[in-house]
Amino acid sequence: MSTIESNQSEPALAADDPTPRQLTVALAQIAPALGDVAKNRRLHLQQIDQAVAAKADLVVFPELSLTGYFLRDMVTDVALERDAAELRELVEAADTTDLVMGYVERASGHRIYNAAMYAEGGTLRHVHHKVYLPTYGLFDEQRYFARGERIRAFDTQRFGRVGLLVCEDLWHLSAAAIMQAEGVEMLVCIANSPARGVAEDRPEVAETYERLCRTFAQLLGAVVVMVNRTGFEDGLCFWGGSLVAGPDGQLLGQAPLLDESLTMVTLDPRELQRQRTITPLGRDERLLITIEELQRIKRARYED
Amino acid sequence: MKTEPQPDLLAIDAHLVEQILVRFIRSEIGRTGFERAVFGLSGGVDSSTVAYLAAKALGPENVLAVTMPYKTSSDETIRDSQSVVDDLGFETVEVPITAQVDAYFEQFPDASQLRRANKCARERMTVLYDQSASFGGLVLGTSNKSELLLGYGTQFGDMASAINPIGDLYKTQVAELARHLEVPAAILDKPPSGDLWIGQTDEDELGFSYDEVDRLLVLLVDRRWHRGDLLAAGFDPGFVERVLEMVRRNHYKRRMPVIAKLSHRTVDRDFRYARDWGT
Repeated sequence: MSTIESNQSEPALAADDPTPRQLTVALAQIAPALGDVAKNRRLHLQQIDQAVAAKADLVVFPELSLTGYFLRDMVTDVALERDAAELRELVEAADTTDLVMGYVERASGHRIYNAAMYAEGGTLRHVHHKVYLPTYGLFDEQRYFARGERIRAFDTQRFGRVGLLVCEDLWHLSAAAIMQAEGVEMLVCIANSPARGVAEDRPEVAETYERLCRTFAQLLGAVVVMVNRTGFEDGLCFWGGSLVAGPDGQLLGQAPLLDESLTMVTLDPRELQRQRTITPLGRDERLLITIEELQRIKRARYED
Repeated sequence: MKTEPQPDLLAIDAHLVEQILVRFIRSEIGRTGFERAVFGLSGGVDSSTVAYLAAKALGPENVLAVTMPYKTSSDETIRDSQSVVDDLGFETVEVPITAQVDAYFEQFPDASQLRRANKCARERMTVLYDQSASFGGLVLGTSNKSELLLGYGTQFGDMASAINPIGDLYKTQVAELARHLEVPAAILDKPPSGDLWIGQTDEDELGFSYDEVDRLLVLLVDRRWHRGDLLAAGFDPGFVERVLEMVRRNHYKRRMPVIAKLSHRTVDRDFRYARDWGT
């Protein structure tokens, strides 16, 4: 039922091809309570219900949507194992829509991760552990979380090949490059980005996020979905402004700044094929050159 | 004094700032189970700005403006406070602090002007916290970023509050926000003053203007310039040293009291929770 072609081919749509169904993404731009999993669980169920009623194909929650962000010593109180009943309940509630949400995962060896999951058909499909944990300025994530060690894509029924990143991961070119090599057709980044810089009519960091999302969408020839939270924690203002950028780098839809919303954005899967015909960057990518050059740099930096 | 032209570093989009701060007040008050706020209104730019933000965030019926004149308070202070109250329709209460402050200093007649000013500030704090209990609202802070960084305020006095919406705005930025919020012109036009004694103005007492010091502070703090960078940009060496020393020496005012660590887990050291824990 996949309606998006892989990035290795760029077939022109034949005139008699059946028109692929439009896909709807629901951006669940919520303001989770800090450390109150029970309250956040209810908020998730309510948003999933609304997304299902609107016939969304995917509902995306922000980073750490089940727990809130500035957890500090609370991380061990709110951590859940991957098969926890709380997570299973939400995954099963989203049986007719795909689901992305954020939580704190307690994995083997008592490692605690800032985690994002993708579920479809009421089943867990993929978990990404945040690889780049910001620990500078106002951030102190490495004090509390273990670093993720994998950047991998996975296949979905409705959206084809999908990559999942968390907030700071998107600021690293390497993560986007790996996702391109993985052939993603949709890149989902969930975020908890606090506002800083108020000289313009939206926070400076909102400007940067839009630029990153649109640039990566265009360079990967993929849809980029970014969902950021709203609300306040200890004076930090999460600015919302969730968005979807199309494979040509243009905005397909955007949630409001600062306020909670469930924003529906419609995708036309044919656009991805068209864009990859117009600008086949993924097809032309020279992966082996990249690997060889990186290996040379690795030898020089780590082995000499 | 020659300074590197960096005018845009202090620029704010006042509409965006208003949008954020109104939501901040609403969120931080609501999550603690309150709906109301109390603040001390002096008729200056800072407290008047907080007045307009609080009225927008909570509705004027949920805000109590407390005026706390001392016998030396100027007529201007009283008149300007009244113009804000008239404009916004707050509930207001006047609690003069002359009797209690003077009763205290009868025992210490030789007390310095500084002691008297600090005592007034702390007297006002106790009035605000008591009014907060009777009105059922949190105390809103009115200290701006310039004052907080310079330590130009009284610890546990005017620096005390539950939440402070304007603590990350320099004085000149607060003035810009105040203009956007249509704070009365008489308040915008007068020189900043703590009204601590007759004729006192902040800029006379500090020995520099907020325009000058805000330009320096934004480079030092926000842009992470070093002493050498500031001197190379033409800032007066004496001015730079004085400001650096004020920021350093007064840091204690911005922190909780230092606790002697003995156990494995100590409040404010390795017992780390957000203030908004669980809400």
